[in-house]
Amino acid sequence: MKKIEILGMGCVNCNKLYQNVLAAVKMSGKEAEVTKVEDIQKIMAYGVMSTPALVVDGVVKVAGKVPKPEQIKGWIE
Amino acid sequence: MIKQLADLLVYQWMGIQSGTMLGDSLNFFFYDTMKIFLLLSVIIFGVAVIRSFFPPERARKLLGNRREYVGNLLASLLGIVTPFCSCSAVPMFIGFLESGLPLGVTFSFLISSPTVNEVALVMLWGLFGWKIALLYIGTGVTLAFFSGIVIGKLKLESQVEDYVYRMKLGEMAAIEPTWRERVEYARDYTKDILNRVWLFVLIGIGFGAWIHGYAPVDLVLKYAGRGNPFAVIVAVLIGIPLYSNAAGTIPIVQALVEKGMPMGTALAFMMSIVAISTPEMIILRKVIKPRLIAIFVGIVSVAIVLIGYLFNAVL
Repeated sequence: MKKIEILGMGCVNCNKLYQNVLAAVKMSGKEAEVTKVEDIQKIMAYGVMSTPALVVDGVVKVAGKVPKPEQIKGWIE
Repeated sequence: MIKQLADLLVYQWMGIQSGTMLGDSLNFFFYDTMKIFLLLSVIIFGVAVIRSFFPPERARKLLGNRREYVGNLLASLLGIVTPFCSCSAVPMFIGFLESGLPLGVTFSFLISSPTVNEVALVMLWGLFGWKIALLYIGTGVTLAFFSGIVIGKLKLESQVEDYVYRMKLGEMAAIEPTWRERVEYARDYTKDILNRVWLFVLIGIGFGAWIHGYAPVDLVLKYAGRGNPFAVIVAVLIGIPLYSNAAGTIPIVQALVEKGMPMGTALAFMMSIVAISTPEMIILRKVIKPRLIAIFVGIVSVAIVLIGYLFNAVL
């Protein structure tokens, strides 16, 4: 099962990304563990300086923008 | 071409006589609106493509732990090309300090990045011409450079929240987007910005057109002209709470300049709108103590006022 983390301190775009991730998971039909990471310490530990960022299985896929569900789906599968 | 289209629209199709106040105001409104939206779409798209090459993580690498002066200059210049969103201000701030960058250099970046922004540049270019737009970039970089140096000299490290210096930044593998991704990002970004500013642009240009057609010159001269020595200070005080509304205010400023407001006052007003914003200060409060926020706002405001008087004296 994929572990998906959304890094961001609760901005508008972070929420948008969260929604897109949920949509992508639904589209893929796979099971995934989706969590929001709002703790700045944990965000910085990934080396990310621009939020929102998307982490799949511990690897930063995107930082500072909101990818579309289709694109996120590609990382889940 | 846009001029002819505006003429055709107002004087032919709408049948309003050229030379009347209503006709001129409407013509001015349609001409500016078409020009600004065209420029906004093209330039923001271009800027977004350039920016996709300069994410903050790269800015951090380029800056490293550079010292004062050279660091301040480089940080002020990087602020032009690095995308800035107040929601990323905290991780950026921590990331820069963590790599050993001095506080003053970090502030040069934090001032330059929102001040020299693409929306303000488009509005300035479209309404005042490229010379004023370039002057604005130069002034913004200078403002960030000197304000950062002053903040650095004041040795305010104790005013940064303690946890910031204990933070450890992880290593992130660089994500190099493909050209297709850059173009897609730029397209989405342009749409996003247009969605956010279009109404303000229309209101601003509408109000500007009204001033253009109806406001008497002597009224503007009396309050905002060279005769009023406090005009620059008042302009900056009004500008500070008008956060990020460069889109709506620059058309109004342009109409006021046409009616006799001096350029220095106008520039100071526009800079105070973008350089200091309440939401950004609230977010920065998470990493710096209130005293440093007050000092930061104070230094930047004073610097902008000085810039205003300087340009009023030389231009």
